[in-house]
Amino acid sequence: MLHLFSNVADGLLGRLGWDAFNHPLITWGGIIGMVGAVIIIVGLLTYFKKWGWLYRNWLTSLDPKKIGVMYLIVAAVMLLRGASDAVMMRGQQAMASGGGGYLDADTFQQVFTAHGTIMIFFAAMGFMFALINLIVPLQIGARDVAFPFLNSVSFWLFVAGAVLVNVSLAIGDFAATGWLAYPPLSGLEYSPGVGVDYWIWSIQIAGIGSLLSGINFFATIVKMRAPGMRLMKMPIFVWSVLGSMSLVMFAFPILTATLAMLSLDRLLGMHFFTSAMGGNPMMYVNLIWAWGHPEVYILVLPAFGIFSEVVATYSSKRLFGYTSMVLAIAAITVLSFLVWLHHFFTMGAGANVNAFFGIMTMIIAIPTGVKVFNWLFTMYRGRIRLTSPMLWFIGFVVTFSIGGATGVMLAVPAIDFQMHNSLFLVAHFHNMIIGGVLFGYFAGLTYWFPKIFGYKLNEFLGKIAFWFWLVGFILAFVPLYILGLMGATRRLDHYDASLGWQWLFIVAGVGVLFIMLGVGTQILQMIFSYFARRINRDTTGDAWGGRTLEWSTSSPAPVYNFAIIPDASHRDAWWWTKQHPELVKKPVYQDIELPRNTGAGIVIAGFTGLVGFALIWHIWWLAAIAAVGAIITIIVRTTNDDVEYTITAAEVAKIEASRSRA
Amino acid sequence: MSTNTTTLEHPDHQAKLLDKTSFGFWVYLMTDLVLFATLFATFAVMRTNVASGAPLSEHYNLPFVLVETLLLLTSSFTCGLALLAVRAKQSQLAIAGFGITFALGACFLGMELYEFRQLVIEGNSWRASGALSSFFTLVGTHGAHITIGLLWIGVMMWRLATKPIDANTVRRLTILSLFWHFLDIVWIFIFTMVYLLGAAS
Repeated sequence: MLHLFSNVADGLLGRLGWDAFNHPLITWGGIIGMVGAVIIIVGLLTYFKKWGWLYRNWLTSLDPKKIGVMYLIVAAVMLLRGASDAVMMRGQQAMASGGGGYLDADTFQQVFTAHGTIMIFFAAMGFMFALINLIVPLQIGARDVAFPFLNSVSFWLFVAGAVLVNVSLAIGDFAATGWLAYPPLSGLEYSPGVGVDYWIWSIQIAGIGSLLSGINFFATIVKMRAPGMRLMKMPIFVWSVLGSMSLVMFAFPILTATLAMLSLDRLLGMHFFTSAMGGNPMMYVNLIWAWGHPEVYILVLPAFGIFSEVVATYSSKRLFGYTSMVLAIAAITVLSFLVWLHHFFTMGAGANVNAFFGIMTMIIAIPTGVKVFNWLFTMYRGRIRLTSPMLWFIGFVVTFSIGGATGVMLAVPAIDFQMHNSLFLVAHFHNMIIGGVLFGYFAGLTYWFPKIFGYKLNEFLGKIAFWFWLVGFILAFVPLYILGLMGATRRLDHYDASLGWQWLFIVAGVGVLFIMLGVGTQILQMIFSYFARRINRDTTGDAWGGRTLEWSTSSPAPVYNFAIIPDASHRDAWWWTKQHPELVKKPVYQDIELPRNTGAGIVIAGFTGLVGFALIWHIWWLAAIAAVGAIITIIVRTTNDDVEYTITAAEVAKIEASRSRA
Repeated sequence: MSTNTTTLEHPDHQAKLLDKTSFGFWVYLMTDLVLFATLFATFAVMRTNVASGAPLSEHYNLPFVLVETLLLLTSSFTCGLALLAVRAKQSQLAIAGFGITFALGACFLGMELYEFRQLVIEGNSWRASGALSSFFTLVGTHGAHITIGLLWIGVMMWRLATKPIDANTVRRLTILSLFWHFLDIVWIFIFTMVYLLGAAS
């Protein structure tokens, strides 16, 4: 019966052999850089004897503020990896008029697949969960998330996925199928190697982490709000996260099931998505977009929430149209599940089906438009401070509106038949993901940076970075719109010289270089601000004259966030408190319970990553051992009763007295 | 139980923990339901894609599946009784209740594996067609959940046998029981959609 489980006679190490290290020169460059960076970090940690510190204070921490910072670091690293993929692609395309270039077709395919996968699953999702971890508990006046240990497991599963993607660079190869790996191309018949398996297991593991995070933050927002914070009193960022997490809960199980089915096709020879034996590849396309379209809104809703906070604070006004903002978020949350088919109008579902999904897609632009107007009306007659988060906002309004307009164009099935799979589409969704999601997260990071680290980022460098990004963005993507209209399809590694496309690809390449200058400026900004932190320190805890509860505690917040759980019976509770100083009572401290640190999260995720690696390479014994290891760790952890510790009232009083804030 | 009640053992703290955990677990069950819904949808689309094989209905043995169903339903009942015993702090009764639940669940799983084995022996493995792939995956995913549930019941029985029933035990058994009932409900859908409607068509 063994033939039912395995397609080839595998050795002790499965498919793993020396040919896994057979790479082109350019990949070796990447591998050496990556391994070098790891060696340097390990060396530094050993030299400065920081391993214990790292383990005790960070790796085992269940504090969402620390998990958030770790998310931020991993997301930043993955953003750089994804950005270097982008540079390689545009470099290739700028050179490849009439053939040539420096990448062979297979490497080029892996590069664009890795770019999309990394940017969505590891850069954007990581950045989003970083901000959610760092800010949501503070904004709802809570001391922690609902399930602190689960939060740690989620984070480390995300890391395990990220590690698998990077391991694929060195051992074996990555998928060459595009970031959503459509079958039958991604099936065993056409992609027999390990690339697609790396893709499956890296995002399967990271995706389960995201699903658990979604459950966790949904429960946190529903169950952990400070007394008085009714739903309609929640900050808009919290509302947007609630919408986003609802989408995670409905969308990510679909991804899990779909990836599992693709994996069963590849591992056990099933016929879900094969082109013969009753398989149905279009089922995959439907399922993957039933996850994939909500995913876009999972990413962008929190960005909308961030802009709502940023615009209100820097306009020194309350947000215009709070209720309509909430309704818009709710409408987008629901509608985002009714538009998935617009990703494949050309499938041949028929005119009526296409018309329905086209109209639904256009309708979803309405609540989004409501939000844009609300932000603009918030600015109207406000005392506006044009800080760098506001610049990101204004840049967002421009680029996102262009992206929205081209999106409505693509929503017309008749137009989509002409434009699908073209660079016009690529330009459109980068308009949404860079101009919408990334600009939003940058605004949020700058805005909340003092709350997270205790000092502000340098504004001058922040503004320079913004302008590099904006100019680079326009230079990089306007040519793609034009190229798309000229008929250039996506994922071309070369094109005929007679088409006259090269100069546009060169302009796009220059745009990417501008973006990289922006990234470089941001790195410089981080370093400079760190060394200038004495000058930029936020001693008040309320760096910008904020409105919501995160600004009512010190910067950075103490481990328990709030010594006294704040009263949140007013919208913009902190602003209200500042207007009514006479009502502030002398605090009476009580004991506070917090979760103990634990290494179980990292161990469980480590075993899970090992299971993934073993299944990719068909090393069955290793998969079995690692799975048993993960299960035993889970059992040991979940039968442990001693998971919390108490900070006594006296200790709280001492910490409060020593805090910078009077 | 210690008489020196710190805040950690404070009834209020425990009540909040139970409330939060049950809510979170309910939410998790709903996401799991979405996962099953995806598999159900795939099965509904693919159940007639039998390639050159016979229709799926020819493989079904309805009385056999009915016995499976009754075993699982009974196990849910005994699981509920066991939880009542837990709430009444009756360790021995609780162990007996979960023991019966475990035995019934194990019988169910054994029957399911037997059914799978028969199918494979007759040449109708998951490799034979898209329809059989979706059948094995949907039913097998439920079976995998049952396996996890059995493991969980085993761990909790060991705890019941070694420690007095405290708030932690009650909370964990409450969500375990939610999980078990949830699997029962999913099975009802499998029984109806896969077997009954399959045999009827």
